[in-house]
Amino acid sequence: MGGTPLLQTVGLTKRYGTFLANDAIDIEIWPQQIHALLGENGAGKSTLVKTIYGLVQPSEGDMLWQGEKMVLSGPSEARSRGIGMVFQHFSLFDNLTVAENVALGLDGRESFKDMSARLEEVSNVYGLPLDPKREVWQLSVGERQRIEIVRALMQNPKFLILDEPTAVLTPQEADQLFVVLDRLKAEGRAILYISHKLDEVKRLCDTATILRGGKKISTCNPKAETASSLARMMVGSEIKEVKAAANRQTTVPRLVVNDLGLEPDDPHGVRLQHISFELKGGEILGIAGVAGNGQDELFAALSGERLAQDPGTVVIDGHAAGHLSITRRRKLGAAFVPEERLGHGTAPRMRLSENALLTGHAASGMVQHGFVNTAATLSTVDKATKAFDVRKAKRDPEAASLSGGNLQKFIVGREILRNPVVLVVSQPTWGVDAGAAAVIRQALLDLAASGAAVLVTSQDLDELAEITDRIAVMFHGHLSAPIPTSEASREKLGLLMGGASLDQKNLDQKEAAHAAGA
Amino acid sequence: MELVEAIILAVLAASTPLLLAATGELITERAGVLNLGVEGMMIVGAACGFGGAWLSGSIIVGALCGIVAGALLSLIFALMTLGLAVNQVATGLALTILGIGLSGLIGARFVGEKITPAPHLHIPGLTDIPLVGRILFGEDGFIYLSLALVVAVWWFLYKTRAGLILRAVGDNHVSAHALGYPVLQIRMYAVMFGGACAGLAGAYLPLAYTPFFIPGMTAGRGWIALALVVFASWRPGRLVIGAYLFGAVTILQLHAQGWGVGVPSQLMSALPYLATVIVLVLISRARSGGSTAPAALGTVFVPDR
Repeated sequence: MGGTPLLQTVGLTKRYGTFLANDAIDIEIWPQQIHALLGENGAGKSTLVKTIYGLVQPSEGDMLWQGEKMVLSGPSEARSRGIGMVFQHFSLFDNLTVAENVALGLDGRESFKDMSARLEEVSNVYGLPLDPKREVWQLSVGERQRIEIVRALMQNPKFLILDEPTAVLTPQEADQLFVVLDRLKAEGRAILYISHKLDEVKRLCDTATILRGGKKISTCNPKAETASSLARMMVGSEIKEVKAAANRQTTVPRLVVNDLGLEPDDPHGVRLQHISFELKGGEILGIAGVAGNGQDELFAALSGERLAQDPGTVVIDGHAAGHLSITRRRKLGAAFVPEERLGHGTAPRMRLSENALLTGHAASGMVQHGFVNTAATLSTVDKATKAFDVRKAKRDPEAASLSGGNLQKFIVGREILRNPVVLVVSQPTWGVDAGAAAVIRQALLDLAASGAAVLVTSQDLDELAEITDRIAVMFHGHLSAPIPTSEASREKLGLLMGGASLDQKNLDQKEAAHAAGA
Repeated sequence: MELVEAIILAVLAASTPLLLAATGELITERAGVLNLGVEGMMIVGAACGFGGAWLSGSIIVGALCGIVAGALLSLIFALMTLGLAVNQVATGLALTILGIGLSGLIGARFVGEKITPAPHLHIPGLTDIPLVGRILFGEDGFIYLSLALVVAVWWFLYKTRAGLILRAVGDNHVSAHALGYPVLQIRMYAVMFGGACAGLAGAYLPLAYTPFFIPGMTAGRGWIALALVVFASWRPGRLVIGAYLFGAVTILQLHAQGWGVGVPSQLMSALPYLATVIVLVLISRARSGGSTAPAALGTVFVPDR
């Protein structure tokens, strides 16, 4: 390739104390190319793009912009050179309007009125509709991302960085994004694209750079690689295949939900409406859906964090439990793993043994005559450590000191060691590295094989395809009828996640029946 | 009717220190910083303001002394909570205790002295209009200044880019940092503005309200100012209404005692706080979403670089 690259990093290094977040990274960005940046959590992707965007100062090494040395004092200088960024955790202000959010991402050289006019123009040109007067908290995740993208495009960037842009989108929303990205590429802009989704990278990107442990492993053409060869470079070793037991049998219904409805308890919440399903022992049911469609509310209703009016709406192992507290439900043999590890799944500043007690006190013999049996709590920690390969600095550290993957293994292990008959788990491998994710998925399969009913809520369709028997989709507080995983194509699930009904007539009749009954 | 005019004049005077201090705290809190040291900054402002005026013989010099004293005290708060990332609530409470002690030390030699209070506006013809004349055109300069300040703060927050950035910092400091705004620097200015306003509010008491200094003369007005910011749901317009309402309650409580109304004065003194609680409940019920308070209020921010 002739000429000079748009951006080149030479031996770029970032040290935090003795920890090398980036170790002598060389990377070249060319115009009219979509360049993928791959790596596991903690591989140094975020540090690298933050350095390129001027948010982090490199410890060593240089950046060359169009062949000339560039030192950035901050993001506004990066923006003025033509570098734009769309953040993974959106850098938006919930209580400000769309237009105000966009104005904050620009350098304020034009009046607010001119800026608003240009906002409308850019959003129309790229087919990213936005209402400038709405406050961000009112918007869906997809709309929020549109703000980020429009804001970056309004700077007319030569180089755009996107940090895991499709993590929160439905497949259809992601497709719309790819159309925009292809168009930006055709306009001669360079794009750096961070993603975990290897199929997406293979389809979209011209070049891929793989990071592992802060070092660059290779730069390659993703179209010439397979998904598994890319994964191998990211992880550094083969990932253990997750295997379901061959002779798994379904038994009696363990978890039954009958026409569950629940009003939201906060203004941002979703109302659950007419949710029904039956889950047998030995079975794994997956719940797919874009975040914020009622999954959190469903988890709260199943776990007993929120109680239903009618006891019969939630039946655990044959007992009506809709009105029972979490502890009573645990005594019936249910176990729960919430989505948020720190703060919900564990108390961050408490030791693992204390966290074991927090869910185990109900039914694991950890409390005798009102006194805590410390030996029992510690032995739970040891057992979980051994069975699930939890890596930690000492025997009983604070929960917050563990890495995400290891803490998640501990939490899942803590619940599975109680031999539950029903396990409800939300986002079991969210933000967990591939090795730990494989351990957790295998554990869920083994638990089902031993006769328990497992309900998995996840936004990762590949995960659901890998471990579940049936998949249902949540949308706006409704749950679709479960379909066998073997028949659940991405297209079908994507349509359901976007609110389409596979059988619209049927649903209409149901609604009409409810209306008539009410 | 004489009585009504007198009551309204007294209400305006009683409300002004509340309005000044609350306006400053509103800016501080809009930037995401909760400074509970308003009472301390006010009382030091009162001592230094009186001292400055007594030594120089000038009300304006006294007011400036109050402003500088309040701002300096808030700078201690800024260094602790922003520079060293210390807990804001603890630091604010400590600042109040420090301020009360410091004002006693500074003000000890001024106790018992007297100055000529700030002059009232007199426009021949206008001021002499019956009933409204003295209320609209016969106040002291601080009252006009406090109203101008609220308008200026409203204009700053909603009409200028700097105000937008300040609100953004208070809503989400992580995002503001990611976009390249100097979060800690912006917050330091906001804290110091709050300190300066509290200092001025404190100085108003011995310079215009009562022309002498006594220790502890702020008598909890700093706490009322804090409640007022919440009452106003962090909006300058409502702040004016709230301040005059709270001022009115204070004055009416005095008159009620004079008229022999059988309501315990303690209950009357508690009214502003009760009103704040009720307003908070009403706001949170009326609003469908989003947050009324600056979302980052009271949280510590440590940028990674």
